[in-house]
Amino acid sequence: MAVAETTTSLDQDRPARVRYVGSFWQFVRRWPVIPVFILTILLIMGLGAPWLAPDDPIRQSLADRNAPPSFVDGSSSHLLGADHVGRDLLSRMLYGARISLAVMAIALSAGLVVGTTLGIISGYFGGLTDEIITRAVDIWMGFPFLLLALIVAIVIGSSVPIVMGLLALLAWSSFVRNVRANVLVLKEADHVAMARVMGASTLRILVRHIMPGIVGTVTVIASLQVGQLILAEATLSFLGAGIPLPTPSWGNMIADARDYLQTAWWTSTFPGLALFLTVMALNFLGDWLRDRLDPRLRQI
Amino acid sequence: MKRYFLRRLIFAVITLIAATMLVFGLSRVAGDPMLLYAKPGGYGMSPERIATLEKRLGLDRPLVIQYFMWMGRLLQGDLGNTITTETPVATLLRDRIPATLQLAATSFVFAIMLGIPLGVLSAIKRGTFWDYLGRSIALFGQAMPVFWVGIMGILIFAVMLDWLPPGTAGSRDAPLISKLQYFILPTVTLGWLPAAAFLRLTRSAMLEVMDSEYIKLARAKGVSDQKIIWKHAFKNAILQPLTLAAITLAGFITGTVVIERVFSWPGVGQLTVQAVWNNDFPTLTATVLLWTLAFLVLNFLADVAYAYLDPRIRLS
Repeated sequence: MAVAETTTSLDQDRPARVRYVGSFWQFVRRWPVIPVFILTILLIMGLGAPWLAPDDPIRQSLADRNAPPSFVDGSSSHLLGADHVGRDLLSRMLYGARISLAVMAIALSAGLVVGTTLGIISGYFGGLTDEIITRAVDIWMGFPFLLLALIVAIVIGSSVPIVMGLLALLAWSSFVRNVRANVLVLKEADHVAMARVMGASTLRILVRHIMPGIVGTVTVIASLQVGQLILAEATLSFLGAGIPLPTPSWGNMIADARDYLQTAWWTSTFPGLALFLTVMALNFLGDWLRDRLDPRLRQI
Repeated sequence: MKRYFLRRLIFAVITLIAATMLVFGLSRVAGDPMLLYAKPGGYGMSPERIATLEKRLGLDRPLVIQYFMWMGRLLQGDLGNTITTETPVATLLRDRIPATLQLAATSFVFAIMLGIPLGVLSAIKRGTFWDYLGRSIALFGQAMPVFWVGIMGILIFAVMLDWLPPGTAGSRDAPLISKLQYFILPTVTLGWLPAAAFLRLTRSAMLEVMDSEYIKLARAKGVSDQKIIWKHAFKNAILQPLTLAAITLAGFITGTVVIERVFSWPGVGQLTVQAVWNNDFPTLTATVLLWTLAFLVLNFLADVAYAYLDPRIRLS
């Protein structure tokens, strides 16, 4: 009797608890909770850098050269340690996030606008224009981008606007390809034919009937591209062809730290970890968006 | 078949020409090449002397003619001298190419040996430990910056554990066996990303093939699992990863430049980065053209391999 009682009481609360935990898991699996959380933190870091940073990101201090993080050595005043010229690592990472966000926002929007426009023109009008644009994209994609960026860095010199321009050059081509493919299908659709029959102008058809149809594709490509752009920016900065010192960027921080692996592991570990988490979050978010908005893009 | 190859070949040549024009154009954007000899009005060079020099170097001709002169020298193997040491760039390149090729070869083998078997394993044992292992490798590989993986490798295996050397390719004349330890970290770092790509592609291709009717038929006939996987499915599934290998090769070339910088590897990649730092334009031009050429050749070979393996492409 006693045994039966305990089992029933267990049975009574188990389903409730399981359901609660289960629904939490369901929620996490269904919605991109973790990626959005990481990206929100990144956004707060970047936007709030001037207020959040405990120190000036480019102020050097001889006394604090390679100071360890305060959780390793309690006497240190730097939460994540300091680099080889005594600059506070956390402050540099916050400002690095800010630079990354600014570069991404501008490069991505430029690439998106140019790429989408070319994609629409190429897909809708076809003919020689289409041929030229498609071939240009093919040739562009057949050229190792990083090397071009290195040449530009020598010839024109590296600066933040140049990096933005280079990344926009990296971003545009995949918009063209996917938007074009999408427009090719859309322009044969019944609603577009209908609009044409009713005498709508080309501009009106493009804006009212084609553009709404490619929003999904553009969103997905943009979200998948951001991660790639962040990695490209970091790589350029690492090679000394990206964001010039002393402006902090996660890539040039790691490059700087390379020579101090023996004495200061933190200077290379933390910026890299931040990069990794950001790109990972963006990839997950991009995959999720793709599955929701445009599963056909799965092959790419 | 012939038309297909011809098309690909013409395409590769056009890209290469576009690359040379781009490089040449950028070299002129950098400023008047005469400034390498004299600042305007400086160094006591008379206007007449400058005029004769310009004539000798062909700088008084139109830009198009200058481009063809430059191309002519390039085709004869004259890549100019480096700015820093005045040695011919061609000699420098010849010195550096073997190290890069060795590293590329070991990394490519590593990527295939890791990526393809693990991709097959993760497809046929779906939902098990192997599947999760494979998928996490692919996921992490794509999100981690290559140079950071390399630096973390040095930090853990060279600095903390002291198992492997932190960089360089070892002394040039050392016996091969003692040089092997220098290869481990750079090979794994460089091969990681292509391995992840191979893994992902092999996995999805295998899953698709294993689902097809002829595999079910083979099963129904009582063919053994091993035979189905390797003889029936694998042969068809390997096509897709092979072709898309061309896309991973692009990352491979970029990766080599970065990895050689991380590990102080004495190859062409490091030469490229040093050229950037020294503002050494002749060296940079030569290395970039070399990389582009390698890139196009590899892409072309991948296209050829694909057409050879898949009759649908060849005959269309």
